[in-house]
Amino acid sequence: MKHTKLFRKAAALLFLLLTTVSLSACAVESDNSVRIYNHVKSSKTITWGVKFDTALFGIKSVKTNKLEGFEIDLARLLTKEILGKDGKAKFIEVTSQTKIPQLKNNNLDAVLATMTITDERKKSVDFSTPYFKAGTSLMTKTSSPIKSIKDLNHKGRVAIVVKGTTAADDIARLAPKAKIRQYNDYGACTNALLAGQGDAIATDNGILAGIAEQHKSLHLVGGTVAVEPYGIAVEKGQTKMLEAINKALKEAKADGSYHKLVKKWFGNIPGFSVKEAEY
Amino acid sequence: MLSLLGANWSTFLLGFWNTILCSLISLFFSLIIGSGFAILETVPNKFWRAVAKVYVEIFRNIPLLVVTMVFYLVLPTYTPLKLTGFQAGTIGLSIYSSAFIAETVRSGIQSVGTGQMEGARSNGMTYWQAMRYVILPQAFRIVIPPLGNQFVNLIKNSSILAFVAGFDLMYQGDIVASNTFQTIPSYVLVGLFYLALTLPLSYYMQYLEKKGV
Repeated sequence: MKHTKLFRKAAALLFLLLTTVSLSACAVESDNSVRIYNHVKSSKTITWGVKFDTALFGIKSVKTNKLEGFEIDLARLLTKEILGKDGKAKFIEVTSQTKIPQLKNNNLDAVLATMTITDERKKSVDFSTPYFKAGTSLMTKTSSPIKSIKDLNHKGRVAIVVKGTTAADDIARLAPKAKIRQYNDYGACTNALLAGQGDAIATDNGILAGIAEQHKSLHLVGGTVAVEPYGIAVEKGQTKMLEAINKALKEAKADGSYHKLVKKWFGNIPGFSVKEAEY
Repeated sequence: MLSLLGANWSTFLLGFWNTILCSLISLFFSLIIGSGFAILETVPNKFWRAVAKVYVEIFRNIPLLVVTMVFYLVLPTYTPLKLTGFQAGTIGLSIYSSAFIAETVRSGIQSVGTGQMEGARSNGMTYWQAMRYVILPQAFRIVIPPLGNQFVNLIKNSSILAFVAGFDLMYQGDIVASNTFQTIPSYVLVGLFYLALTLPLSYYMQYLEKKGV
């Protein structure tokens, strides 16, 4: 008797859980394409989802406790273009795993966080025109015998990537014999590489350049193996917001302010070509 | 959600299997190590009692993540010992859980009346014989409910493997969630898989408790 009661309770709980899930799934679907844009206009604020842990793009500085990076500056620039001089940019941290759910929950107006434009992701979000041309690259210890993606393509070799990034697909395609280990963020990846838990970190060259700058025992090898254009993501169907972002990007490219930003952040990185990264 | 499970069946299954494997190994070793330290904590010799106390207090009061990271990152950096994420996580989990099991079993041993030990000794048993045949059987019967709790905790704590690329259920769930963007259904599935492990265990422990072993 006691058991049936317990099971009934458990079933009720499970039902509740499933209903919540399906309800929240319904809430995601929106019917008007100007909702985010109107919200942004009326509040005079754009909430951007950005990285807090990625050097050169978006990082919370340990010393100053301030957000800095190419994407932070770009977000501020675009905010001014879209909302005028008194527009405010608000920043919320996203990770590779959380960025799309956060965007769908309406916590964010747009995601500007080293996000590669892929067909798979286009099913879930809408992308702006690309603003940065990254390429998947490899980073190893300077003492490592691995010099290219070919050296990684052997049994027993281990590639380190961040969960939810496109680098895992690149490795699976280009070095199918290598094992892939996935971690939650770039800090964990770097620690794993330094401790010898893998042979190379695979991710976008701009991100790797930022890590290599901080760790003298690490370096980039083999050039880029796959082109990864970054785009700004907005919730699927928010066309008015997307148009505003695209227009602001176009203006920033036309008046040179975009070029200035790329040069500011990537102009002095050894082995990094500003020309190749720019759009 | 079913289509998500169907499309990622092998991914989830591999994680499920690794979680079971890690839990079983950790369960076995933490029970042995934990019981050993529990007995040490109750021996008359002050030195061995202190040794056991230090072990228990250290590993009971350090987060599991720290213990695991020591085996995963620190040991490979400073010693030639190379441990995979699965090995480091399982060792860390065994040691961490053994401290809690030691405390649980110790409380069981101490709740057996002192008369039991005295009676057994006066009947000609040695200390260890009395421990083995009189005290421990009674102690383990007493600690079944709290021990069951520790086992359930151990299974849930095995999700530590996700942080060290141990290919467990949580790790595979993370990957499915980030590849499909179906975050909520992915983690609901992970939760159901854990329930499939912990609920039967809970009921089995309740059954043992009722039956009185």
